[in-house]
Amino acid sequence: MNVDTIKNGLVIDHIRAGSGWRIFKWLGLDSAPFTAALIMNVPSQKTGKKDIIKIDNIIDIDFSVLGFIDPNICVNIIKDEKIIRKINMELPTRVQNVFQCKNPRCITVTEHYVPSTFLLVDKKKALYRCEYCDALYTAGEGGYPVETRT
Amino acid sequence: MLKGRHLIEPDDLSVEEIDEICSLAEQMIVDPAAFQDVCRGKILATLFFEPSTRTRLSFEAAMLHLGGSVEGFADAQSSSASKGETLADTIRVVSSYVDIIAMRNPKEGAALLASKYSACPIVNAGDGGHFHPTQTLTDLVTIRQLRGGFEGHTIGFCGDLKFGRTVHSLVQAMCRYKGNKFIFISPQELTIPEYIVENVLAPAGIPYETATRLEDVIDKLDILYMTRVQKERFFNEQDYIRLKDSYILDKEKMKLARKDMIVLHPLPRVNEIAPAVDDDPRAAYFKQVKYGMFARMALISKITGCL
Repeated sequence: MNVDTIKNGLVIDHIRAGSGWRIFKWLGLDSAPFTAALIMNVPSQKTGKKDIIKIDNIIDIDFSVLGFIDPNICVNIIKDEKIIRKINMELPTRVQNVFQCKNPRCITVTEHYVPSTFLLVDKKKALYRCEYCDALYTAGEGGYPVETRT
Repeated sequence: MLKGRHLIEPDDLSVEEIDEICSLAEQMIVDPAAFQDVCRGKILATLFFEPSTRTRLSFEAAMLHLGGSVEGFADAQSSSASKGETLADTIRVVSSYVDIIAMRNPKEGAALLASKYSACPIVNAGDGGHFHPTQTLTDLVTIRQLRGGFEGHTIGFCGDLKFGRTVHSLVQAMCRYKGNKFIFISPQELTIPEYIVENVLAPAGIPYETATRLEDVIDKLDILYMTRVQKERFFNEQDYIRLKDSYILDKEKMKLARKDMIVLHPLPRVNEIAPAVDDDPRAAYFKQVKYGMFARMALISKITGCL
């Protein structure tokens, strides 16, 4: 299967297979005025298969959110059909509005205007805490965090 | 410098600031009349989105003893929250009228949220099962008054150690002082959370032990901190009924305790301390209530910048 090469744009590579659609939606690419391609289940030497997103435009991306969704992602910036920069993601120290706190006693559950903010407390365990109620979450596959009790 | 600061959790105060507040509270205990006008012209708002007679009255009495004024509400139904107003808007409005706000809200993180929208200092008077820093100050003032300091104590915590926010906060606070040991006495279902062990006790190198029967360890204690098994912390009423009477302090158990041990309790008690214990000179929980008011007086006068 062929997808045209990009002249100026971004290639989001090494997305965990199955997570591509969530990132595609989160970036608003399904309604973008430029060409974007989501390629799923691409053979990968490292992981068996992966998803790739190609964007025919240089757009601003919140890399912290992308890192939270999948820290293994690599973003290639393409200019004149050449990769001019590779950016590897890592777990961000802070994520906002990527997911909602699940603690029913948390103030963010009733005060909906409050941005849901989570702070990295343990990089090794990928552990985040809700800024407000301190509920703990482990960054999960594809950015679906798992509520964690310690 | 405490002037203008919010107090959301006990860790917002340094050891030096706790000492400063405790010292001032002690001066107020000795000579309250000397402080009767220090907050004249200042207004405290007590915004209580859930009922708490004791804490609210303690804050209000504290401000009145300092010569200031108080206004506020005692439950969410009497506030604009019942009309659907957001917490942020309530705080924006009230903080434009007053000099300091003491707020209780059943939601965890409510005080932190309020502090982001307030034009005046917020004192967290309890945000659900989360933080209650002025209870911790109350406990510390009491311990310093009755035990002479914060170091070298064996402290037993008994009852609901899982959900009891006062226990977690006091453990955190006492870990900052040298030579303290803890004994955690609770049913299996309500043991001290693992995160307290991992994040608080272990890094501080604090020795601790656990027990399931109060009478097995009461003779080792300098301070016994009793807690209520709080109904509102349970989702399941059956669990509450099964556990509520697990640990009751009575005269028989007090016979096993040291002569200079003190018994503390954040109150209200249900039946975890038998009324017969109240006459024992080691029962300090009603003194604790009074010291709590002085702790709040010291805190209010510092945060408002009056002292």
